[in-house]
Amino acid sequence: MAENIKTARILKFDIFRYNPAEPDKPPYMQRFEIEEAPYMSLFLALNQIREEQDSSLQFDFVCRSAVCGSCGMMVNGRPALGCQTLTADLPEVIALHPLPTFALIGDLSVDTGRWFRGMVDRVNGWIERETEFDRASIEAPMDNETADKIYEADRCIECGCCVAGCAVANVRPDFLGATGLNRIARFMMDPRDQRSEQSWFEVVSDAEGVFGCIGMMACDDVCPKDLPLLEVYSYVRRKAVASLFSSGEDHPARREAEKA
Amino acid sequence: MEPFYTTDVLVIGGGLAGERAAIEAAASGHKATILSLVPPRRSHSCAAQGGMQASLGNCVKASGDNANWHFLDTVRGSDWGADQEVARMFAEEARVAVREMAYWGVPWTRATPGKNSYFIKGERVEIDEPEDKAGMIMHRDFGGTAKWRACYASAGTGHSVLYAVDAEVSRLGIEVRDRMEALSLIYDGDRCWGAVARCLRTGELTVFAAKATIIATGGYGRIYGKYTTNATINEGTGAMLALNTGKVPLGNMEAIQFHPTGLWPSGILITEGCRGDGGYLVDKDNHRFVAELEPEKQELASRDVVSRHMMQRIKDGKGADSKFGPHIWLDLRHLGEQHLKTKLREIWEICRDFAGIDPVKEMIPVRPFQHYSMGGVRVDKDGHAYNMRGLFAAGEAACWDMHGFNRLGGNSLAETVVAGRIVGQRVAQFVDGETLDVSTALTEAFKKEQEARIADWMSRKAEGPSVYDIRDAMGEIMIDKVGIFRTASELEEAVVGIKDLLEQVKTAGLHNSKPGVNPELTFALRLEAMLKLALITAKGALERQESRGAHSRVDFPQRDDKNWLKRTLARWPVGASEPVLSYEPVGMLDLPPGERGYGHATRIPLEQSVEDYNASVAEAQKAAGKQDTVEPMGSQIQWGAWEQADTKAASS
Repeated sequence: MAENIKTARILKFDIFRYNPAEPDKPPYMQRFEIEEAPYMSLFLALNQIREEQDSSLQFDFVCRSAVCGSCGMMVNGRPALGCQTLTADLPEVIALHPLPTFALIGDLSVDTGRWFRGMVDRVNGWIERETEFDRASIEAPMDNETADKIYEADRCIECGCCVAGCAVANVRPDFLGATGLNRIARFMMDPRDQRSEQSWFEVVSDAEGVFGCIGMMACDDVCPKDLPLLEVYSYVRRKAVASLFSSGEDHPARREAEKA
Repeated sequence: MEPFYTTDVLVIGGGLAGERAAIEAAASGHKATILSLVPPRRSHSCAAQGGMQASLGNCVKASGDNANWHFLDTVRGSDWGADQEVARMFAEEARVAVREMAYWGVPWTRATPGKNSYFIKGERVEIDEPEDKAGMIMHRDFGGTAKWRACYASAGTGHSVLYAVDAEVSRLGIEVRDRMEALSLIYDGDRCWGAVARCLRTGELTVFAAKATIIATGGYGRIYGKYTTNATINEGTGAMLALNTGKVPLGNMEAIQFHPTGLWPSGILITEGCRGDGGYLVDKDNHRFVAELEPEKQELASRDVVSRHMMQRIKDGKGADSKFGPHIWLDLRHLGEQHLKTKLREIWEICRDFAGIDPVKEMIPVRPFQHYSMGGVRVDKDGHAYNMRGLFAAGEAACWDMHGFNRLGGNSLAETVVAGRIVGQRVAQFVDGETLDVSTALTEAFKKEQEARIADWMSRKAEGPSVYDIRDAMGEIMIDKVGIFRTASELEEAVVGIKDLLEQVKTAGLHNSKPGVNPELTFALRLEAMLKLALITAKGALERQESRGAHSRVDFPQRDDKNWLKRTLARWPVGASEPVLSYEPVGMLDLPPGERGYGHATRIPLEQSVEDYNASVAEAQKAAGKQDTVEPMGSQIQWGAWEQADTKAASS
């Protein structure tokens, strides 16, 4: 058969290496070569490299089906999920680096877990309410359109690709990033959340929040779940400005909006 | 990292069951600490797709549903292997748990009144959903249920539930130590006092001393190597903690579920919701063979039954060919683009990303893959482990045992939060009366034991097969010989093969001795126990001379209630070369053993009367110092309540 005659490509992986347990060894790039196989993803390729060529190679995969968000990495300079990236879509030489903006654990492994827990703690990323659950009561109704809208934002898998690809996050470590703003938007639109507009404004209005964004929107390009981050951004910004006007508070963003 | 840490409740495993239990303990004012291999939102709970079972009865096809129906379906699904008291407690509490999840923010799909269009048994049907259920939590159909019962958020239900529960963990300020692997429990005789854990950032060891310890580490599907839908982390790390005490038994480890529709060949899960929403299974001749073999439930018979029909079809040469081997097709094309891109969005994405297929236009290649571990750490109704005070287990890691020999789709997601809730409360009550009374000499001894194990591995250079070669050989044995169809001769070969691998692992070494976390060492530390779990699974399957649920013996095709209405318990005494198997009754019977209504199996009936069987159960439980029947919390078994539900079934 034709597909058997065609010679498989020899892929050349240039992989960033650094083990913090060996602080005297500076970071370096290491090349590995493997033969390409059908439907080969970076999940399969990296495991093959580790099991056959260098068993010390560090990387993170959990679900290997693009739902857990563990395997964000820079693939030829662009943030992507390793499991979702097929080698067939890449050139023969593939450079892999850890995601920037997150603490490095070793090689391709980065500490997104602590970053995201920190983000959730900062924006109170949960349903804020006055009352506790009553086990005897039935659920409060919600129209399905609202549920769908919340789900659309809730789909974020916290892989960190949008943060790694963000020009602001790369220079301003406290910037919430698209994922943080999306998390805020998710709770803003949820009728079960009882936060006032004013309290939302306090969360999003500083330079680490929605007004820190300079609008390059790389987040929207690289999101592996195709979240509508551009819409999220304008939604949060609109809500923030609206609450600013209703509060009458003086703020650079308000002056800017009034000028416009 | 500090070398010594104390807490009230140590939760090992940061998935849904563990986090839900931790919340319960923290809400009662106790300090709870969660150890997790990965950040909690990356745990395997996030991969649950199509639904969570709760009998809310919020649409026409669910009308009249209640906990009785859910109980009945669960027991029938289990092929009467379940503890019926636990199944009852679960069915009642699932209704509360799913509503609590709504309260915590899960965007459940909601009922829309007026004309709704569905696919039911191969036909498009229009149903008028009533006004009075507008905006209530909607249901979809799943396998083995009398009513539509699965509550869902597209095909990302596990993700949304996990994010809601983890958000509560943050709200309550519960400490999570992610990238932390428990290597050993700390115990003094039959009292557990926490665990020794290894940091997966640095490789350092820490003692976590605790008044109570909960194992909630999920399943052990990775003993089937790559032939599983499970995540890479589902390596039985919790089961091995219990097993290595030599005292705590694992229950029903031979009860392994195969999910009918793993994407071929990668094994990525394709939810049962696809068939629930009307998808077909067809062979290479485009023939709907499952619908023909199961005229009543069609593609929605229980998972064990559908998986067997599929593998038999492939064996009969009717599978579709591919360069990776034969498979069956899942056809969703008739559901239409709108449905696939909204209600089954994650499936559409998986097909696009991992198979290069557009399910709107093309059929999906699928085959059964290992999916779920019905067995696990054997616990009583409180979630308290046998033979070890202060040790609890919940979720897939536990054998609580509401699933028996086959779990219904959507019941595991429900179990995580239901068991987390109930066991968490029990743990909180237990901790109330306890002080942390553990000597540092004891904790140091357990820590030194792990240090020695690590030093031993690090000193062994690989010469023979690598740890990965041994893992792959295990996976091949398990799928070939301990798979969907089982025979004595193959199971005997599996036992011999795994024992041989257990010998090989003693002399295996590492290819690198780099300091720090060292991923090869991390895996090597799990390998021996994975082989032990594999051996227990194979031996349990060999000894069980009947077919029940997912355990299908070609040489013993009948379900044998006369001899095998019992649960396997497996211990591995310290230093022994083999596990020790024993048996206990499945528990109190409310619904008498009978026909499931699908699968066409025959059976050898129970000789005793149900009353006599139950009397022997009560006696055995009392002798073991366990509560004999009635649950003071949750719900009590409702003797005969199933009869009302069944009468309704006959009349509807």
